[in-house]
Formats: sequence, C-alpha cells, structure tokens
Amino acid sequence: MSQTENRSATDDLFAESGDEHVDAAYLSNGADWDQIVDAQRESNDETIVVNVGPQHPSTHGVMRLVMELDGETVLSVRPSIGFLHTGIEKNMEYRSWTQGSAFATRCNYVAGIFNEGAYSLAVERLLGITDDMPRRASQLRVLMMEINRIASHLTGVGAGGLELGATSVQEVCLRERERVLDFTEAITGLRMNNAYIRPGGVQNDLPDDGLDLLDELLRQLRKNLPEIGQFTLQNPIFKNRLQNVAHMDLSQCMMLNASGPVLRATGYPWDLRKTQPYCGYENYEFEVCTATSMDAYGRWVIRLNEMDQSIRILEQVRDELAASKGEAYRIEDDELRWPSDLTVASDGQGNSNEHVKHIMGESMEGLIHHFKIVSQGFHVPAGQAYVPIEAPAGELGFHLVSDGGTRPYRAHLRDPGFNHVQSVPIMSEGGMLSDAIMGIASLDPVMGGVDR
Amino acid sequence: MSENDATPVRPERSEESLEFPYLAQLFAPGADPEVDDQIVARRTGMWGSGQGSGDTSGFNGLERTTALAGITTPPFGGWFDQIADRMAELVPGFATHVMVHRGEITFFVLPDKLVELCRALRDDEDLRFEVCPSVSGVHYPEQTGRELHVVYHLLSYTYNRRIRLEVELPDSDPHVPSVVPVYPHANYHERETWDMFGVVFDGHPGLTRILMPDDWVGHPQRKDYPLGGIPVEFKGAVVAPPSERRSYNQ
Repeated sequence: MSQTENRSATDDLFAESGDEHVDAAYLSNGADWDQIVDAQRESNDETIVVNVGPQHPSTHGVMRLVMELDGETVLSVRPSIGFLHTGIEKNMEYRSWTQGSAFATRCNYVAGIFNEGAYSLAVERLLGITDDMPRRASQLRVLMMEINRIASHLTGVGAGGLELGATSVQEVCLRERERVLDFTEAITGLRMNNAYIRPGGVQNDLPDDGLDLLDELLRQLRKNLPEIGQFTLQNPIFKNRLQNVAHMDLSQCMMLNASGPVLRATGYPWDLRKTQPYCGYENYEFEVCTATSMDAYGRWVIRLNEMDQSIRILEQVRDELAASKGEAYRIEDDELRWPSDLTVASDGQGNSNEHVKHIMGESMEGLIHHFKIVSQGFHVPAGQAYVPIEAPAGELGFHLVSDGGTRPYRAHLRDPGFNHVQSVPIMSEGGMLSDAIMGIASLDPVMGGVDR
Repeated sequence: MSENDATPVRPERSEESLEFPYLAQLFAPGADPEVDDQIVARRTGMWGSGQGSGDTSGFNGLERTTALAGITTPPFGGWFDQIADRMAELVPGFATHVMVHRGEITFFVLPDKLVELCRALRDDEDLRFEVCPSVSGVHYPEQTGRELHVVYHLLSYTYNRRIRLEVELPDSDPHVPSVVPVYPHANYHERETWDMFGVVFDGHPGLTRILMPDDWVGHPQRKDYPLGGIPVEFKGAVVAPPSERRSYNQ
C-alpha cells in the first residue's frame, strides 16, 4: 500500500507529535512514483529534498546524499558517510605490528596494497630501518603497488562508466581487472585483502614463474588498455557528460586539499612518487600525468594515462627483479623478520616444508623464536610518524604512535577518499543531478577507506 | 634519515638571518621544554598482560614508564630552525615543547595560539603550509591534565615540507579552536576527531558525528572505551574476544 495515499501535501511524516509540520514528506516503495509526482505537482512547490542512498548504485558505495533539488538542478548536497565504519583503527591497537597489515589493507579494499605500503613504511620509520630495506623488498613493493594502481584505476574508470549508464566500459575494465587480480593472486595468494607488504619487507618472494606471469600480463594490458580510451575519449555523448562537469580549479583544490588526479587535473604536477619519493621511486622513469581542463574529463584522462605510466614502471621493475633474483626480499634482522619462509602453494599460501622441518625436528631455539615472533611480535620504539604515499586517489598517509610495545598505540589512516567527499558540494551545487553523480565518480572514493 | 627529507627549493637567506634570532621566543613563558613529559605507557610486571596472567616470576612489582622519543631544544637542525625561527617571529611563545624524531618535527602548541599560528603558517611566504592533510586525535590517559592530544599534519607544496602540530587538552575540558577558518578541508577531520575522541572544536561550522550514528553514546577511539567483541564458541572451546585474550604487549 502506498504511503502517500490519503495524505495532504502538508503532512510531515518525520515530525514528532507536537512538532511543527515543516513540509510534505513522501516515502516511495518503488511503484508509487506517479502519486508522488501528482501530489508534488498539485502542491506547486518546485523544490524537493531527495535522499539518495545509502544503498544506491550511483553513489559509488554505501554513501548517502541529501540533495535539495529544483527540478533537476542541484541546489545543495550534503554527503553523509559512516555506513561502512568498522573500527579498523581501533582494532589495530589490539593486534601485533605485523597483523596490522591485514587490517590496514581492508580500509580501501580496492587499493589495499597502498594501505599496507603506507602502514609498513610508517612502522619502518618508527623502527629506523627505512634505509636498511633490501632493494628486492622495495622492488616487490613497487611491483605490487603499481599492479594495484592499475586495478584501482580500472575500478574507478569502470564504475564511472557504469554511473553514466555505459555498461560496456565497466565490462572492459572488469575484464582487464580480472587479469590483474589473477596475477595478484599468483604472487600474494589472494585477489584482495592481501596483507602482502608487511613491516620489514613483503610476505613472500616471487614464485618461480612470477616474471613470466608478469610478462604475459603486461603484454595483454598493453594490448587491451588502449581500448578503453578508444571508445570513450572521442565519444560525443561521453564528452558531453564529462567535460566541464565537476569543475574544481587549483585554488579550490588547495582550499579542499584535493590530491591525486583531482589536483593534477588542474595542471599541477604534484605526485608524491616524484616530490617525496619512497620505495626507490626516484630510480624509475615515468611522467606525472596532468590535464588542464579541471573537470571530470581531465581526471578520466589522467587515470587512463597513469595506467600507461604504471606499465612503464612495471617494465623497469621487471628488469630489476630479474637482476636481483635470489636476493633477500625482507629485512635480514632475526628480531624483526617473520621467522618462516612463506610460499604461495597450489592451495593458496603456506609455510615452507623446510621451515616446518627445522623448527619441529631440528631446533628447539628455532621453535621458541618462531613462537616469540609470531605470537608476541617485535617491539617498536616509542614515538610517532606520519608517512604519506601516492595512492590511486591521492595522498594516503598513516599516522602511527608507538608506546614501545608490540602493538600500535594509535593508528590513523588519512584516506584521500575521506577528504575528497568534502568536495562533493562545491563540484555539484548549481549543476544537474546527473552531473553530481559524475562528480562523485571522478573523485573515486572507496567507502571502505572513507569510513574505515 | 627518512625518505621524506626532500631538500626544499628555496631562495638563499642572507647571512645574518641564519642566526635565528627569534628562536629564543619560541617557547611560552613558564614552559619547560627540556622535560620529556610525553608519557605514553606505564607497565608493571614482566609480561605486560595486566590482566592477572599468573605472573609467578617475582617481578610483579616492576614498574616502567615509557615516553615518546625526541623532545628537544634548539637548534633542531636543517630547515627546522628556519621555520621555527619564522614561526616564533610571527607568533611568539606558541610552543611548550618541540619533538624531533625520525626526521619529523612536532610543535606542541598552546590551544589559544593555534589558529593564529595556522594562519601565519599558511600565509607567510617563508612558511607557506598551504594545506593540513590530516587532523586526528590520540588519547594518553597517563598524561594527567592533558590526556587528549589533537594532531595536525601540515604540508607545504611550495617548499615541499611537512610539520606536525600537536595540542594538548584536559579530558575534563577538551576545547580547542577550530582551524576550519584557515584550513576549510579540516572540516571532516575535526568532525571525526570529535566523533572518536570527544574533542570539541570551538567555532566549527557543524560539529556533528560523522562516522558513528548520530545518537551514539561515547567516543570509541578513547582508551577507556572497550573494543567490544564477543567470545567465539567452538565445540569444546571458547576463544575470548581480542581485547580479553592474554596479551603480550610488553
């Protein structure tokens, strides 16, 4: 039964008894839109407030938008977030430093490797071992971060296409993303939520066929990624939907601290991989992609170009990994190093048989050490650190405080999506409803990171 | 040092300004900048479980205090002295302590000087900290009378530098002026800090909860707020929730 039946236009469903009835309120359960439209037409009131989400396919996740609309023109937008808050930061205070990677990666689950990377770099700075990291560990980190950047941009671009109603963009992007995730699974054992980058190095070395898999992946990406640009960038409908939409110039980006593709779409070449390098990014040749159009179209072009630059970095990492084959892939300090050699076996991941034989049959001290590091973990000297890295969406920083114990005293993730949601009103107000949706897509916020 | 110590692009300063004449007025009158009072933990016994884990070692009476590392006095080294000098010139006596640790500098700022300092940091051409990427809280129950800390991370695009400001507030009256008038993007970050720690940002345009439901009671990331969780039952065994397991956080 319709909620709108037998109600006058002055009924306020949400008013408490005794409250003043502010305005008419309707609840639609799907089939009663005609009645709402008729009632609204009779009331002769052009301005309506629409609640979009939190469960709505166009809000890019579980985000709620309270929109004041005059016809199709957006008068005001207020984003409402928190629906995916899971207390990850608080949980990290109850787990060891190594386990923290497994929690951090679940924040922005589409670009989880970056959360692990920033977290691990922050722990290493607190330990003072940043300069002691073996080169192969940094190479493997760059490998997985750039692989993950491609996966994240494919999701952002694909979901953006879907929000335009262009399902074929999503199909092509998800097809390529599956290849990227298959490779990720072959290296880390998992498609997502990897916990691959850990304080002190990475979880495991490349499998024997790792470089062959990478070659095959790069071959296919080089062939297939240009397809996305070919059927979107010159498409007149596509250009009409993206160009001059969600405009943000440099001063607005500074005011709202927009970073990543949003900032670079103003022509400002700020990329932390270049300006404040980490993990040896200064050793790789790549370009910082910018655009000058300051709109959703420019951000789209930047994401496509950044995938090409990621492939360029991956080609260089491939050669470096071939040169460093057999070297240490994590720090060579028994006080910090995970005691076992993990491998990705046919059933996923597991301990190496050699290590199990050693601690179970040969060395009591080895067994004690294994338990000490695995169950208690290592100590991190008291102090605090903030390490930012260039995630696909912008500056992702981890603020860690240690009390000298084996767990974080406080862990805070500065997620670019959380900050970017603030700029939805300035991009959308005064524009069309459909452009507001495109504006959110051009920020590419992932609610797991926004809400943590 | 760390990878974040990028050499800033910056015009040469004249010879006499290298003496940093204003560093002497960096600290507030009455501040004791040499005392490391950043207590973060007090531990007793040997095993750190703190939950009566049956410590029979005889070391139960041990008590150790841990403080954050890095409390220091001028000179701070590198470009830290340049900006500290300029900050002290523009806003004399704003700091109570300075911490330099792992290549990062932290200024402990008096709450009533915070907005003035942020405005100077943003607008002065020698400082130019255009944005404040992160605001968050830390709860230190061991620091009586200043339990709640608000941490601001500032970034200068012009000089490619980062600094940290930290404000100490009493749990009984956790009020700090909002920096939203200077850094509009601090809006959501301050709301989250209110939500999670109960810090009141005076002058904030709409200080409401942001991640927790509007009618939530309590501030979840404070140390006195339990993690929650329920025991997981298996056949013949029960696994306690993480916060109640025997811990090794020593």
